[in-house]
Formats: sequence, structure tokens, C-alpha cells
Amino acid sequence: MATIGSELAQIKVPHVNLGWQLPAAGRELKTATAKLEGGQPGEECQVTVGGDWRLNAPAPVWSGVIGGRSATRVRVVPKDLGKWDTSLALFLVHGRAWCDTKKIDCNVEALPLNLQTLLQQFAEPGVFQPLANPAVQSCGKRVAIRVQHWVDQARENIAFIGECTLGLMGVAQHPRRFRWLDCLVEMQQCWVSSLPIVSLVSFLVGVTLAFQGAIQLRAFGAAVYVADLVGLAVVREMGPMMAAMVVAGGTGAGFAAQLGNMKVDEEIDALETLGISSVNFLALPRLLAVTLMMPILAAYANVLGILGGMFVAATMLDIPAASYWVETQNRVGMMDVGSGLMKSLVFGLAVGFAGCLRGLKCGRSAAGVGAATSAAVVTGILLIILADALFAVIYHGLGI
Amino acid sequence: MTTDTPAPVIDVQNLTCGYGETVVLAGVSFSVQPHELLFVIGGSGCGKSTLLRCLIGLLKPTQGDIAYFGKSFTTADVGQRREILKTFGVLYQENALWSSMTLAENVSLPLEEHTALSRRDREEIVALKLTQVGLAGAGNLFPAELSGGMKKRAALARALALDPAVVFFDEPSEGLDPLTSRAMDQLILQVRETLGTTMVIVSHQLSSIYRLADRAIFLDHRVKGIIADGPPAELAASCTDSQVRDFLNLDPDSIQRPKSSFK
Repeated sequence: MATIGSELAQIKVPHVNLGWQLPAAGRELKTATAKLEGGQPGEECQVTVGGDWRLNAPAPVWSGVIGGRSATRVRVVPKDLGKWDTSLALFLVHGRAWCDTKKIDCNVEALPLNLQTLLQQFAEPGVFQPLANPAVQSCGKRVAIRVQHWVDQARENIAFIGECTLGLMGVAQHPRRFRWLDCLVEMQQCWVSSLPIVSLVSFLVGVTLAFQGAIQLRAFGAAVYVADLVGLAVVREMGPMMAAMVVAGGTGAGFAAQLGNMKVDEEIDALETLGISSVNFLALPRLLAVTLMMPILAAYANVLGILGGMFVAATMLDIPAASYWVETQNRVGMMDVGSGLMKSLVFGLAVGFAGCLRGLKCGRSAAGVGAATSAAVVTGILLIILADALFAVIYHGLGI
Repeated sequence: MTTDTPAPVIDVQNLTCGYGETVVLAGVSFSVQPHELLFVIGGSGCGKSTLLRCLIGLLKPTQGDIAYFGKSFTTADVGQRREILKTFGVLYQENALWSSMTLAENVSLPLEEHTALSRRDREEIVALKLTQVGLAGAGNLFPAELSGGMKKRAALARALALDPAVVFFDEPSEGLDPLTSRAMDQLILQVRETLGTTMVIVSHQLSSIYRLADRAIFLDHRVKGIIADGPPAELAASCTDSQVRDFLNLDPDSIQRPKSSFK
């Protein structure tokens, strides 16, 4: 089958003599020049181009060379023309455009053949037809489109919640089919990545609360009640909340980036075409992992927060650690701890939901992954605050 | 070619490179002459892409030297390296267009970084480059809005933005239909003939090899280096290595179709 090679080799374009030279020309590069000769009204003018034309060096501009002159015909000729690149082509394109507006002939036949070919390429309109610009829309239509977008998004979110619920019900019915290993790996990831920041943030929240509380309580000689204040605030509110915020910023964003990247690489499409639900396969293990991990992290945050308060009380307020602990035990009951942990369970669900939803609905580009990641954090925090407010109302109603 | 032989654009001497403990290429030497169109061919896993990564500076060789225009690229300091890099254009296999930017912005970025051109001049040059590759008027589109062939053209426009002396192509026809692939080949030839660019193409598209290559080097994973070097038609006819001859004379119709038992 040697004929395939020889036949195809025949269609090769012959090598032309090139005006373009390589950087290692072994000589100093000259300045690009363009000189005008003639150009009186009613006569032909000649533009002589010479020197080395490079994009990253100053070069003459057509309007500067031609000035305000007019001519019956323009001839461009080379003289000592060395290296040239697109900067010369640009100069000539401007020249040709100028001649077109004056309706006069622009003769470039004296220029190197390859430069002429390049100019022809620039003259061709190209095979691509640009997409038609969308017509300018009225204000009402723009609002309608925006509203429709919100409705579509809400529908997608509800569908996702529905799919997750069905998936969770499926897990309850057939627990052996669930990807427990993935779930455990995600729990481990969540724990490892969140622990240092949760430790620091919770401890400092305890310290801050103790400081702020001490200033007020000291005025009434009730500094020991700082333990009550810190204990209740941390256990009921700040511990679960801070743990959830940290997990939303770390694990939640991680879920969105990971799933978003999978979407860009068509991995999610590959699952769907195999008839495997991306929600069951990818979202549920993550959702469950973060939901189960959140109360553990919140309990840990509670301990660190109380320790933070104890640290301030012992070092600044002269309250012995034992008294602080007894006071905390007296005031903080299991109901307080339980209500906080209950909340953290819902916070975990919210963070996992936001991360997985944004990841799976991500755009198919690097920018889309970035947008999905930040949207996951924003949605996660928003859902946490909303859930917290809802719990405050419910607990108030229940008298907890 | 002129009578006094010019210095080679690329001169690779005794190049050894790999990943960690694995040596992919060992003691490879070849040079590329000005305006030459060289194909790097070979079976899967023979080190074509690794060689390309070494040539464009993404992978550091463990031994040997790569020189551009007589200047060493391997031992160059940061400043010299940057100067040499400015003479390259690279068309990546997956195009590597920046997805958050429009085509015009993609092509404009190298000009913005490496030249002192005004914004208006840059815009005009971008328009010329896009016209040259047949994408006139598409500057405001994002890569996601383009077909595979158009993406390749846009990536070529970006690779040509700085009028590079050398353009490297990694599988330029990958994933394109035969007609688009032929148009791409035509475009590559046009660019070479107008700008005199030296080109190194990694590909195993037989039709492109015969249409474009002045010369081809054939890599093999067993010897971790070059087993044949010459014009493809000559290699196909008279190479001593049967693997090279088989590769270049591959007949797509030569598969034995088993007699089907399905009606």
C-alpha cells in the first residue's frame, strides 16, 4: 500500500522562498521603515517598506505615513526588507482599507509572495458565520426571563430534594446496596479537614464569649455566671453553628468542586448513560457522611468552646476551673446539649445538600466549577442561618 | 533552504527523560531545520507526548540538552528561558482554550503579556489572526460555544498570536472528521507557507503525515528512542524496520471481517 503515501505526498504545496527569517539571523535588527514618494493629487504614490517589522518593536502606522494626501494609485514596494511579521501585515491591511475608502487601486505585487498570500487570507471573510446577536429585549421580557430562570431553579432544587429523599428511602429499604465505603471515606475526609479549624474557632468563640460576658457580669459581682453564659451559648447556639460554618466552607465547597469537575469531564454523563443515578451514586454518600459527622463535630466544638471559657475564667477572672465546671454542669442540661446536636444534624444536611446540588448543576467549564464552589458555600451558610432561625422559633414554641 | 546551511531551529542532543524512576526516552538526538515540518510518530506509549513536553519545557530532561537557535533551553536562566518561550506557539491536544475568556481574549492575552501594542492594535491583530484561521467575527464567542474543529482553529490562532518561529502541535486532527481534519492540514500548510514557521507535529493520523510532513521521526518504546528518520514516503517504501513500514503502509480495509452469523 505504498501508493497511499505517494498519492497523498503529491498534494503537498511547494515550498516558497520565505522573506521571514529566524531570530538567530546573526545581525542587528533594523528599525521598521515606511517612506512615501509622490502622492500629489492626481498622481500615483509609492510606499517603500524596509527594515525589520516585529510585533514587539515600534513600527510605522499607515495613517502617519500617508498623512492627508490623496493619489490615483498606491504601490507598495519593499526595499531592504528584513524580518517581518503580522505588524507589517497590519500596516498593509490599513493601507488597503485606506485605498478602499478612496476607491483607488492598492498594488502590492512587488512584495514577497508569501506576504501577498497572507494579505489574501486576511481579506477572505472566513468560513465561519457569527451567531446572530439576540435582539434587544424589552424590560418586561427580561423580567419574565429572570423569573422563569428562578422558577426553573426552584424546580431543579425541589427535584433534587425529591431525588435525595427517594434515595434515602431506598437506603433505608436496602441498606446493603448503599455505598457505605464511599460514605466512610467522606466522613473521614470531613473530620480530618475540619478538625483543626473547628478546634481553633470554637475555642476562640468560647474565649470571646467569656470576655464579653465577664465585663457585664462583673459589674453585678456575678462573674461566676460567666460559666452559665458560655455553656448555654456554646452548647445551644455557637458550637453547632461554628462547626457547620467551617464544614460549609471546607467540605461543602469541596463537594461542589469535586462533583463540578466530574461534570466538566463528563464523568456524570457516563454514570447517567449507564443508568446509574448520579444522586444515589455520588450525592447520597456525601450527604449522609456530612450529616452524620456534623453532630460529632458540634459536640467537639461544644467541648472546645467550654474549655475556651474556662481558660479565660481561670486566667483572667480568678474563677477556679473546678467551680467553673460545676457551674456549667448545674446550668447546662442534656436538653440543651440535645437541642444543639439536633440542630447540627439539620445543618449537616443543609451543607451536604448545598454542596452536592451546586456540584451536580455546575456549568461545563473551569469558571462554572468556580461559580458552583462559591455558590455552594453561600447556599450552605444561608440554609444554616435559615434553619437556625426556624429552630429558634420551634424550640421557643416547645419551651425547650 | 539556502546554500549555506542555517543553524537548526531545534537541536536535541542525547535527551533522556521520564517520570520518576521510569525512563521514557533515552539518548534521543535529532535536529529540526528552519521552515521544516517535522512529524513525531510512533505507537501508543512510545514517548511522543513526553518528547513534546520536554521540547516545550513542561518536563525537565534528566540528561542531555535541547537548544533553540543555538541557545541551550535546558540550562537557560529564567530570563533567557522566557525569551525562548516567546518564540513558541503550542496547540494542545485538548486545545486548552481558557474557558472563562472569549476567543478574542484568548488570542489577545499573549500579545498583552509580551508586546507593548496598544489595545486597538491588539484588537486588530486578534481580528487578523481569527480571520487567518477562518474564524472571522467569532471573537466574542466563548470556547464552550464552538464545535471541535472551530476550537482547534481558535487554539491555532492563539498559538500564532506572537508570530512564533516554532509551532508545536499535539494531535491537531484528534477528534476531527476527515473533512475538518483536511481543512486543518490545509491551514497548517498555509501558515507555514506564509509565515515560514517551523513546525513540530505529534500525530498518528496517516493522512496528515503524508499531506504535511517534510520529515518524520518514528519513536519506539522498546529502544526508548528514534528507530527511523526521514521523509514518510521514503520510510514507507524502504525503511529497514518492518514496524515503521507497517505503520506507514497501513491499509484501513485490511481487517478480516468474520463471516456474520446474524442476518
